[in-house]
Amino acid sequence: MSKTDTGAALKTGQELNIDAVRSDFPILSETVRGKPLVYLDNAATSQKPRQVIDALSRFYEAENSNIHRGVYYLSERATAAYEKARGSVQRFINAPRTEEIVFVRSTTEAINLVASSYGRSAMGAGDEILVTAMEHHSNIVPWQLIAEQVGAKLQVIPMDQTGTLIQEEYERLLGPRTKLVALVHVSNSLGTVNPVKAMTTLAREMGITVLVDGAQAAAHIPIDVQDLGCDFYAASGHKMFGPTGIGILYGRSKLLEKMPPYQGGGEMIRSVSFSGTSYADPPAKFEAGTPHIAGAVALGAAIEYLESLPWDSVLKHEEALLRYAEELLGNIDGLRIVGRPKHRAAAISFVLVGVHAHDIGTIVDQDGIAIRTGHHCTQPVMEFFGVPATGRASFALYNTIQEVDLLAEALHRVRKVFGL
Amino acid sequence: MNSLTELYQQVILDHNRKPRNFRVMEAADKVATGDNPLCGDKIDVYVKLNGDVIEDVSFQGSGCAISQSSASLMTTSVIGKTVGEALELFSDFHDMVTSELGSPINKEKLGKLRAFGGVREFPSRVKCANLSWHTLRAALESDSDLVTTE
Repeated sequence: MSKTDTGAALKTGQELNIDAVRSDFPILSETVRGKPLVYLDNAATSQKPRQVIDALSRFYEAENSNIHRGVYYLSERATAAYEKARGSVQRFINAPRTEEIVFVRSTTEAINLVASSYGRSAMGAGDEILVTAMEHHSNIVPWQLIAEQVGAKLQVIPMDQTGTLIQEEYERLLGPRTKLVALVHVSNSLGTVNPVKAMTTLAREMGITVLVDGAQAAAHIPIDVQDLGCDFYAASGHKMFGPTGIGILYGRSKLLEKMPPYQGGGEMIRSVSFSGTSYADPPAKFEAGTPHIAGAVALGAAIEYLESLPWDSVLKHEEALLRYAEELLGNIDGLRIVGRPKHRAAAISFVLVGVHAHDIGTIVDQDGIAIRTGHHCTQPVMEFFGVPATGRASFALYNTIQEVDLLAEALHRVRKVFGL
Repeated sequence: MNSLTELYQQVILDHNRKPRNFRVMEAADKVATGDNPLCGDKIDVYVKLNGDVIEDVSFQGSGCAISQSSASLMTTSVIGKTVGEALELFSDFHDMVTSELGSPINKEKLGKLRAFGGVREFPSRVKCANLSWHTLRAALESDSDLVTTE
């Protein structure tokens, strides 16, 4: 079992011990249809290490109570655990202050919070919101909703056939009417890692606010919001080895302070009367109602787990998995990898001539291999590449080269089933 | 590979490769569009009626082997039948693909559609097999509505 090491920056200089890491994830020793589970759908959700599962049950067994309002021992412990997790998030993404971390349900809720609160208060008719051509629906639709309400306009930063954003077009689109850039850090369907820092720098020089969707980045790339320079950063706990139902929003203090509440309720007030209500300071202002306390605590455990790993070795391992998968899959007759970005993380999408992605998914599942098939909530990406759906293999640090071999074998079998 | 060969039978693969009645029907009396929003399968079904009898059916669209071959075999199964008979056939088909494993299949009524018996082992694929039938029913029962099987 890996030791947790709180308070440390991401470790470097050691080799990642895959066997030890795999033994931390109980589900990886499950069998599916009599075969060892080969889990290659990490972009949808990652598996959970024992440390996270234990943190969840320990909270409910020994610490469960509501936070921020009890004066009794248990409530104080729960509050401390919840706030400690906020501190872990702050450290993990190198946010300047803990008050800049808002716990939400998911990346989706984080973006909706910003679109609704920041959008309503800071955007007006004629303003422009820039999104990229490779956004997940959750970084498109909230902006469309707010654009419709305030009379703003959505503009799209195009990409090329490799699945890389066209920076000249981005520069051309940035203008005096641009109010916000909403940008995905790592594309969930193409695997593209976007040059967030450079893009943020350009926008901020013009006084434009930048939100980064980090859902796919958090488990694969060390994140430093101060280095990136973004105003908002959103991520989901469950894609970084934490539980479902808990997500994080980083927001620059200056912005969070000015933004109106997203939801009203308990926790987010200073005082309430029928003649008027005053609001709490951030982050409480944005955390109406009882939050997912156990989820936040377990997310803290996930972060401590991630911090205990040797990250230069993790990055090398994931890079090796991707390169090997690109090569092996690329050699299969009739298989086309969709998107060939130079800088890739986590995911590879592909199509197989003569076989629909759903049929691929069903057939490889017979070998215990879990991959995603469909449009991956990125219909504009599918349309751009002229495919109805793709198969997607997405990796995590516990995946192995042998699992890539098994996927390739299974894909050969798909062709056989279809008589190709 | 047993349940896989059961699912992807030759007749299904054949209809997927060479779908029958795969065309737009200019003079259709009834048209409906169906889709599975979660997987992106989409299909248009065209019907030509002669009184109560389905004189011709065609379809267009894209999707997985199960949805495409199901649409193709549906067209060959309902041409010449009355509207009532076609809807009854859908009911039998639906019962088959959602039935318990091991329960008997009504071979006489279903004919070639028996090929989809293997679908019941794959609950996530039932909607693929049913899409064209839902769309046909929508075409028959109304003027033109978008149908979804999600």
